[in-house]
Amino acid sequence: MNGSTAVADNYLSHGRGFRSWFFTLDHKRIGVMYLASIFFFLILGGFFAMLIRTELLTPGRTIMDADTYNQVFTLHGAVMIFLFIIPGIPAAFGNFVLPVMLGAKDVAFPRLNLLSYHLYVVGAIFSVVSILLGAVDTGWTFYTPYSTTTHTSVVSMTLGAFILGFSSIFTGINFIVTIHRMRPPGMSWNRLPLFLWALYSTAIIQVLATPVLGITLLLLIVERLLGIGIFDPALGGDPVLYQHFFWFYSHPAVYIMILPAMGVMSELISVFSRKHIFGYKAIAYSSVAIAVLSFLVWGHHMFTSGQSDLGNMIFSALTFSVAIPSAIKVFNWLATMYKGSIRLDTPMLYALSFLLLFGIGGLTGLFLGALATDVHLHDTYFVVAHFHYTMMGGVLIAFLGAMHYWWPKMFGRMYSEKAGRLAAFLVFVGFNLTFFSQFVMGSQGMPRRYYNYLDRFQPYHVLSTIGAYVLAVAFVVLAGNLIHSLFRGRKAPANPWGSATLEWMCASPPPHDNFAEPPEAGDPYDLEHLVYDESIGGYVPRTAREGA
Amino acid sequence: MRRSEQSAAREIPHHFATPRQAYESGKLGMWIFLATEVLLFGGLFAAYAVYRGNHPEVFVYAHRFLDARLGALNTLILITSSLTMAWAVRSAQLGNRRLLTLLLALTLLGGGAFLGVKIVEYEHKWKHGLLWGEQYRPHHPETAQEHSSAPEIPRETPPGDRTNIPPAAIGPPGLASSTDEERAAHASAKEPRNVHLFFGVYFAMTGLHGLHVIAGLLVIGWVFVRARGGAYGPSNFEPVDRAGLYWHLVDLIWIFLFPLLYLIH
Ligand code: HEM
Ligand SMILES: [Cu+2]
Repeated sequence: MNGSTAVADNYLSHGRGFRSWFFTLDHKRIGVMYLASIFFFLILGGFFAMLIRTELLTPGRTIMDADTYNQVFTLHGAVMIFLFIIPGIPAAFGNFVLPVMLGAKDVAFPRLNLLSYHLYVVGAIFSVVSILLGAVDTGWTFYTPYSTTTHTSVVSMTLGAFILGFSSIFTGINFIVTIHRMRPPGMSWNRLPLFLWALYSTAIIQVLATPVLGITLLLLIVERLLGIGIFDPALGGDPVLYQHFFWFYSHPAVYIMILPAMGVMSELISVFSRKHIFGYKAIAYSSVAIAVLSFLVWGHHMFTSGQSDLGNMIFSALTFSVAIPSAIKVFNWLATMYKGSIRLDTPMLYALSFLLLFGIGGLTGLFLGALATDVHLHDTYFVVAHFHYTMMGGVLIAFLGAMHYWWPKMFGRMYSEKAGRLAAFLVFVGFNLTFFSQFVMGSQGMPRRYYNYLDRFQPYHVLSTIGAYVLAVAFVVLAGNLIHSLFRGRKAPANPWGSATLEWMCASPPPHDNFAEPPEAGDPYDLEHLVYDESIGGYVPRTAREGA
Repeated sequence: MRRSEQSAAREIPHHFATPRQAYESGKLGMWIFLATEVLLFGGLFAAYAVYRGNHPEVFVYAHRFLDARLGALNTLILITSSLTMAWAVRSAQLGNRRLLTLLLALTLLGGGAFLGVKIVEYEHKWKHGLLWGEQYRPHHPETAQEHSSAPEIPRETPPGDRTNIPPAAIGPPGLASSTDEERAAHASAKEPRNVHLFFGVYFAMTGLHGLHVIAGLLVIGWVFVRARGGAYGPSNFEPVDRAGLYWHLVDLIWIFLFPLLYLIH
């Protein structure tokens, strides 16, 4: 295995033309198509975000009227949640990496995998169409009864979300079966890379929670089209039931987002600290624990909805329990870094940002989980800041870390480390500028989703808007660097970072079939046996080097 | 892989190492998919439980407008078709092609008959205005007065007048805690209000179930066409097996729906 003997036929060169991509059954190509589509929607959602922030630069009208503002923040939320962050890591990196990490040739059901990508495209088209038809203005939660009476195109948007849900379910089924049935010889459950443990727990949530969202959205559509009245208080229906259904999916959905991100963290932190991961089993099983607990806490979104006091207390207590497995992970990552030889390559910079930002996001969740403080903070900018720290500071940052980590494997090219670090730094600064001020104004009473505000909040809004522009610049640098690398980048060795998981044992980019024979799996975090080889700019197994 | 095993099996997809691995993967995938289907209905069962718990009088009052005999007939039909389906799987395993196609045809017939009965039932409800939410305009011979208990509600709020929220038909006790007066007012009413809630739930549940019956028929129809072409035998009966599992699920869900909606007291 030598990086310099280029493999002639890799998955990128295997077959040409649009059809060979759009109808491919190769999980790697499907992963790449997901990555491109998801990145596109990240940019689109980001564009809406810039509109929101620009509008809020001054009180009153800045660039749009109030109705448009309602539509823009709804689109921002819906695009980011349904089209970017939920499929994000599992669909793009999971699809690409999971089979290779297992030493398998493909996922268990390649056709289903392709179908789930096509469903993603169809769902995305429905969402985009509803933007053109008169964008939805309900907020991404589509709360009844407003969503059944507003004149905007709720039906096509929710139908889009319904179809995206199916795409998510199929991905989940595929991952569970692949991990159960297709591990190579020697890979027991206790040798499964932690990223795959995370994807496995994620898949469980996808499969168990998404159908409930499906029926909720179906009922909402029927409500709008036929007036069935199940959620409509004017007809004796119960809008709080809608909220229960919605959050029964959407709280677990935040773990569909964050668990894969945590899986990425486990890989990055171990590899870039050059140390065996600390507390493997604790990290692995805490993923499953989070998956289970995530189903028991949805009511914390409804503390002020008029649900019963007993319900509130139970949900509050259960909410705190999620902190335990999350903290287990964080402490194990810190222990892994302790006395490691840490390298500050771009992926590791994202990993460190993740630890800090997700830490802040998680701790502020406690304020929202406690009944007394939530009544004060509910539906203020404090909530906005909280979920951006967890979702963006957590998931998006991990997504970027994963992108830089696996980029050489996916495309066989190295990007500029300097530009990569610069972008990571700008993301960190811009992010904190944007969202930290929101904690402050939220705790002072600035409500979320408002078009206008009191003058005394303006300094915070200005800071926040400046931060958003810094973020935009960071994204330009980031995208420029990665795209540049595709054409001008140095050829990547098979194993540039010195990782021990199986995907780094095949060439970069991987051949069409990944592995001719299932490789023998060892300990995925035993980094000791890998040594740096100057001549290829990457790592090789010690035995191979001494033999040569 | 042993030679004999390989020749006996149909061609397995190249990314599997053994036929056994392929078979077990397919089976596991199908079971997980069935679980998601159950959960899809789970939402409706939860809605049923909530409204039944909050408005028991509505459910007890309204269920007698459903024809339990037709419901029972449909239950019988579905159970029989489940039996023919299971038998079809067995005959595929035994390689009996003629019996297989016959049994699949019988299953299709059963599914069709079920839908036929359902259409008759829906037609009755439609004729008597026993419909969901807004469409509820009862004029059944059994109801003494011809009236609509659903209030006239302006569905379209006039533009520029967005805050004009229509008055509630009755405050939803729902999942929020309700006051004692509300409960008292509820109990004392002669004929329960919000009867349309029952029909909303009825049409949502049976409608979604009906869609699943149609999906099942499509799948079995496809299996039937392929079975006539001789596609299945002892070593590759999986598609018949999977279609059968799906059909049993459809049957099972109906077995829950029937007592909950038709036989309720
Ligand atoms: C794991 C990553 C997390 C993500 C991605 C996340 C995401 C979100 C989102 C999107 C919302 C806003 C929902 C809305 O639109 O109303 C939210 C609100 C909330 N989160 Fe989180 N969250 C995470 C972790 C936590 C944790 C660890 C806690 C508690 C310990 C928590 C407690 C809450 C509470 C109580 C609310 C409701 C606040 C309110 O509306 O009054 N979250 N979260
Ligand atoms: Cu939550």
